[in-house]
Amino acid sequence: MIEFHLDSRSGVSPYLQIVHQVRHALRLGLLREGDQLPTVKDVVSSLAINPNTVLKAYKELEHGGLVAARPGVGTFVTKGLTSAPLVALGPLRQDLQRWLAKARRAGLDDESIEALFIDCFRSDSEEDVA
Amino acid sequence: MTAVLTANGLGKRYGRRWALENCTLEIPAGQVVGLVGPNGAGKTTLMHLAVGLLTPTTGSIEVLGGRPAESPAQLGRVGFVAQETPVYESMSVADHLRFGDWLNPTWDQQVADRRIDQLGLDRSQKAGKLSGGQRAQLALTLAIAKRPELLILDEPVASLDPLARREFLQSLMEVVAEQQVSVVLSSHLVSDLERVCDYLVVLVASHVQLTGGIENLLAAHVRLTGPRSGLETLPPSLQIIEASHTDRQSTLIARVDEPILDPAWLVERINLEDLVLAYMRQIQPDASARPHLVEAHR
Repeated sequence: MIEFHLDSRSGVSPYLQIVHQVRHALRLGLLREGDQLPTVKDVVSSLAINPNTVLKAYKELEHGGLVAARPGVGTFVTKGLTSAPLVALGPLRQDLQRWLAKARRAGLDDESIEALFIDCFRSDSEEDVA
Repeated sequence: MTAVLTANGLGKRYGRRWALENCTLEIPAGQVVGLVGPNGAGKTTLMHLAVGLLTPTTGSIEVLGGRPAESPAQLGRVGFVAQETPVYESMSVADHLRFGDWLNPTWDQQVADRRIDQLGLDRSQKAGKLSGGQRAQLALTLAIAKRPELLILDEPVASLDPLARREFLQSLMEVVAEQQVSVVLSSHLVSDLERVCDYLVVLVASHVQLTGGIENLLAAHVRLTGPRSGLETLPPSLQIIEASHTDRQSTLIARVDEPILDPAWLVERINLEDLVLAYMRQIQPDASARPHLVEAHR
């Protein structure tokens, strides 16, 4: 079982934070196929959030095929999320390093690089969600 | 979708002063509605009109399809917790429950007992000896044990410390999860409402300034930062809620329906607090009636 937390300063809507936390736990193997997610009531009473928010998050996860609701019992993980195989990481890392070198040559400092990366990453993941 | 509350041109005047003016609203059912606004904006007046403690000067209000307090049945369908969560100081917790049972035909003793046990309240304790948080919880228990379809709470957490505040909102959300009740609660603090509400009504200086589902509202508003000279490149449909300028830069909070194409403008999401504050700061036609609000704006 995992526990959710909310960061109200992040600007990310609460339901998306829950979705992200479930996906994160799946990716890290903290949640596996067959595991139960906290019940809506548990989440509501531990976080003092609107039940609709939790339902919306679970529905979104269900829509993505990661979990399934069993009426009257709870919501269960139906599919694990493993990160890309380690073999893929090496080349990706090289690409990123090359890109970083390029950004530095273009005169970007650390802060600008980070801002640019996060900005791109955000707009990309927003499209993903929408 | 059915509405739990519909107001049409609703107004309430005290002498020469309008506490609420020309309020037209439709609040959908099954939502937790946050009613926000500065102190004196008309929140309590609107709630008192909704429960029938006040009658309108102009216009009309319907709650759950009926006139507020028109019949005992109508009274039973709406639970109300007034400001400061009042209880009878000299009466014990058990007396409060008996009183609630006696006054409410739809009283559910099981709901009341379960909550009192959960809260660990001593039934023989006089309500005057309870902590602020416990008093608020007792008032909430009385309001929900009558099994209302709509629960109206006037600043329920305003006087509570942060822990009691969180506990109260937890209880309230548990009730929403268990009983499918619609909720309208007021606060002058947005942070209280951020997690619990899915619908927002902003009241400023006796007028409804903004209403809508919170997610839709947040998706429709952005903060724009760009060159002061760049204002004319923004789409004409853009609705500026708040603008501040330095000699070179402009920062806007605006409602946008179409993408901002000019790359000179940085577009950022805003949070609920930014959104509400922007609407609260909008200068009112009768701003003279609220001098402290105008001052805060400077």
